[in-house]
Amino acid sequence: MVMTDVSRPPAASPSLDFLGEVSARTAGVSRLEMCIQCGTCGGSCPSADAMDHTPRMLFAMIRAGMKEDALRSNTPWMCVSCYHCVVRCPQGVHIADVMYALKCMAAQSKSYRDATPPGFAGVFVGQVETFGRSWELGLTARHYLRHYILRLPRMTPMAIGLFLRGRIGILPHRIKQREQLHAILSRAEELERLS
Amino acid sequence: MSRYLYYPGCSMDGSGRAYGESLTAVCEKLGLTLAEIDDWNCCGATEYVGVSLSPAYSLIARNLAIASKAKTDGEPLVAACSACYLNLAKADSYMKERPQLGERVNVALNAGGLHYDPGAVEIRHLLEVIMNDVGLDQVRANVVKPLAGLRVAPYLGCMLPRPDPDHRWKNHERPDDLDRLLEALGADVVDFPLKTECCGGHMTQIAPKVGLELIKRLVDEAEHHLADMMVTVCPMCQINIDAYQGEMNAEFHTKHKMPIVFFTQLMGVAFGLDQKKMGIGRELTDARPALKKIGKELQAVAVEAGAAHRPRPDKRALPMPRMDDEAPAGEARQ
Repeated sequence: MVMTDVSRPPAASPSLDFLGEVSARTAGVSRLEMCIQCGTCGGSCPSADAMDHTPRMLFAMIRAGMKEDALRSNTPWMCVSCYHCVVRCPQGVHIADVMYALKCMAAQSKSYRDATPPGFAGVFVGQVETFGRSWELGLTARHYLRHYILRLPRMTPMAIGLFLRGRIGILPHRIKQREQLHAILSRAEELERLS
Repeated sequence: MSRYLYYPGCSMDGSGRAYGESLTAVCEKLGLTLAEIDDWNCCGATEYVGVSLSPAYSLIARNLAIASKAKTDGEPLVAACSACYLNLAKADSYMKERPQLGERVNVALNAGGLHYDPGAVEIRHLLEVIMNDVGLDQVRANVVKPLAGLRVAPYLGCMLPRPDPDHRWKNHERPDDLDRLLEALGADVVDFPLKTECCGGHMTQIAPKVGLELIKRLVDEAEHHLADMMVTVCPMCQINIDAYQGEMNAEFHTKHKMPIVFFTQLMGVAFGLDQKKMGIGRELTDARPALKKIGKELQAVAVEAGAAHRPRPDKRALPMPRMDDEAPAGEARQ
């Protein structure tokens, strides 16, 4: 006789190795499996209001294998990296770094719903890869033209003010050993894809 | 003379120029030699780590590798930008914590002929160096123009006291280091409750409503405590609160004019260095009118600020525990 498992909800197909996948992509040791669902993280979070799920809920989803929902959640993108939750977490979960890992995964699989945050990160990283330094003027100009064209009128006086006070570099700074940097970054990207 | 390796970070000659200018002068005065490491690259801020893990950490580690080569006698690597400091410290600590990441980073570095052994370089923030290596006595000895009459709200932001990978901070949420430094300069220091709350970081760029709300909380609170200005240790906090204050005012229909300067700028002013050379005047919300208060008597209202501006208790509300000195006159005291 074949036993049918009726305890599993039919719609979603949970990906049971998702927890491991997230941990593998976290910078330090994530300690995600240690989460006791106490909610200290969400209670400490200055931007929890803007999140689809509190960090606690998101971690429960990760453990339940709800990959698609977790990667579509705006929570990691709303994390401000203030590390309040990290120093308060009784289980020492590297919460902010888990959020970075989820951003990486969502960006690579294009699972995000709002293209603004990954768009900004993309432009920033592109400049750093090209010049070796970030370039505030180029970054904001390109980002605002693409995502916030309506905000530009409000921003113009600020940009002029910063320029007049010598706080905006017109041209990007370039490091000398750009080739060396490119070699390092492309090798790292290869390793990342293999992992 | 104590020698330190120095990682300036990209904002030091851009939006955070006043920080770079003032810290160079102040360190010279305090006898700290900052040797800028050669051909450093961007630390990736909070962006690269959210794009791809190994490249992000390899980018940071290139700086660590350069610093470990430049080291002649165990000098620490000093950063003054909180995000740069944290990225460098985190890379060093995570390469140890997850040897697999350490190996991957070194394979990548090897493609550029570099190598970094985690732990080889000690990474420190300028504020902590001034507090611990220089010491407040030495700071006091350099003060020629005490900041008496200037009411300041010390604002550390997040990334310096937290997550603190090297366990340098005794208190991660309400440390008093910046308070004590500003007191040593003679300033009237506000007990600023939001001193390590977040300025929103890059949120002004990706979710303006969230970012502006966080800025508003800080500026409201500083104003509530009648601070003349806020004082920061981080270029990101500075530009958010300084440059986005106008947009914040437009968003919330407020009229705040809260200047924010770097702690090194105030050190320079107290050391009698030229204000302009300290980058005073580079801020969009002008700090100069507030600096004119230096040397004048504190206004009575400012002294009473804490008590006078506390909201009146609501008679219908449940009784709250009260400090003794707050008890209304005539009420029996135990």
